[in-house]
Amino acid sequence: MNNIIDANNLVFEYYNYDDNGEVKDTIRALEGTSIQVKEGEFVVILGHNGSGKSTFAKHLNGILSPKEGTLVVCGIDALDKDKTWDIRKEVGMVFQNPDNQIVATIIEEDVAFGPENLGIEPTEIRKRVDEALETVGMTEYMKDSPNKLSGGQKQRIAIAGVIAMKPRCIVFDESTAMLDPIGRRQVMSTMEKLNKEYGITIIHITHYMQEAILADRIVVMDKGHVIMEGTPREVFKEVKTLKEIGLDVPDTTYLAYLLQEAGFNISTELLTVEEVTKAICQLQ
Amino acid sequence: MIRDITIGQYYPSGSPIHKLDPRTKILVTFAYIIGLFLINQFIGYVFVAACFYGVVKVSKVPLKFMLKGLKSIMFILLFTVVLNVFFTTTGNEIWSWGFLKVTDDGLIIAAKMGIRLALLIVGSSLLTLTTSPIELTDGIESLLSPFRKIGVPAHEIAMMMSIALRFIPILLEETDKIMKAQMARGADFESGNIIQRAKAMIPIMVPLFISAFRRAEELAMAMEARCYRGGVGRTRLNSLIYKKGDYIAFGIGILFLVICILL
Repeated sequence: MNNIIDANNLVFEYYNYDDNGEVKDTIRALEGTSIQVKEGEFVVILGHNGSGKSTFAKHLNGILSPKEGTLVVCGIDALDKDKTWDIRKEVGMVFQNPDNQIVATIIEEDVAFGPENLGIEPTEIRKRVDEALETVGMTEYMKDSPNKLSGGQKQRIAIAGVIAMKPRCIVFDESTAMLDPIGRRQVMSTMEKLNKEYGITIIHITHYMQEAILADRIVVMDKGHVIMEGTPREVFKEVKTLKEIGLDVPDTTYLAYLLQEAGFNISTELLTVEEVTKAICQLQ
Repeated sequence: MIRDITIGQYYPSGSPIHKLDPRTKILVTFAYIIGLFLINQFIGYVFVAACFYGVVKVSKVPLKFMLKGLKSIMFILLFTVVLNVFFTTTGNEIWSWGFLKVTDDGLIIAAKMGIRLALLIVGSSLLTLTTSPIELTDGIESLLSPFRKIGVPAHEIAMMMSIALRFIPILLEETDKIMKAQMARGADFESGNIIQRAKAMIPIMVPLFISAFRRAEELAMAMEARCYRGGVGRTRLNSLIYKKGDYIAFGIGILFLVICILL
């Protein structure tokens, strides 16, 4: 399969300015980051605060532009300023704060915002809005005001707004960080549905380990570098490395790890409660 | 709850007036205002009031609800009437005391002014009572768009209005949160005279502004991520279309104006 995202040696710097408008210090958020994502994949990018994961996400649809390196998104060169709008059509983005990404005062109008910007025919917009709301399970709220919804529901409206533009890839930039556990579960299951049923490539940026279990592949970032990559099982068994960079592993994996440390013969490549229960029962 | 506040005073009743195109309602309201200023006879005011009463009946908005709107401007209304009564010097003097005198002309002018103002206010409030803020925004954008050639930013004005409508409740809620957080740390917003209370509000403004700017930045990013680049080349989900009812309303509006000119 083709790479929908092909990032090589990306470098990005944030600048802090002093009162005279001169650069006081420079923060290198990305230091030669290379990440490839295949079409239809569900990738989770894990990292602690300041690991550069959000900065990377903002490169994917041209919000930020790298200082060095190459980036090809959906076969389009993302460094070409003229093509930014083409990329944004293909790569949708859901942000962290649900309140700050809803534009309209009526839910269906907000979902229509993206397609309206693309200049699509009103009848086609109507169709897309209905489909998108159906997909995220929010059809009954169509005519309501977004102010009355819960965080998880608002975030699903934001997702509907993105899928109404029919993108090939959706980037979730810490979209679950401000939600309660119920809202988080709703958003996660919507993500899974979009990936499995609609074949949309999902890139989910988070620091919650439990959400990474669903992924096809996990990319772990720290201080602007990719330090680990692989399936959830491959990544989570590196308990020690993950703990060192301030990340947690799922409780189940951690239990298996502690048992192994204590001298039991148990694999740390276990994820679900059932797997761990079974393995513990087989211990002598 | 602060979350449920409604901006404006929309009164949904699903009447034929509510279903009219917002542009029609804005234009007819203009015709009404112009008509009101053309008239100078009491018989004219009776006619306008009758027309107004008819429209209110069709709109199914309770008359009481409309008159409530008058309460808030009662002071201005009384002030205008009193001013007109005492400072009109033409006509026959009826009563005088010192430099104050009341003439018959003054009474008539004051009465006309009072009626005119009252009809103006209740008439235009009918527009906001029967049109939701979103429709109103769409209507204004559409009506202003011909003036884009001479530099009127029609789309931008409408977008600003709708974003303001979206964020007013959010910012109100945030103000509430900041106030509670500061009260928990001993801030006092309730006692003292008006100046002291106003001073106590300053520490609320600072965090509120910072947060508003942050929100603005994030919203701008989210809008750009969804391919927003101004009004050019944009389509609408619900484009405004004039229907049969709108032509009837225009007809009535024009008839109204003609009668007003004749009276």
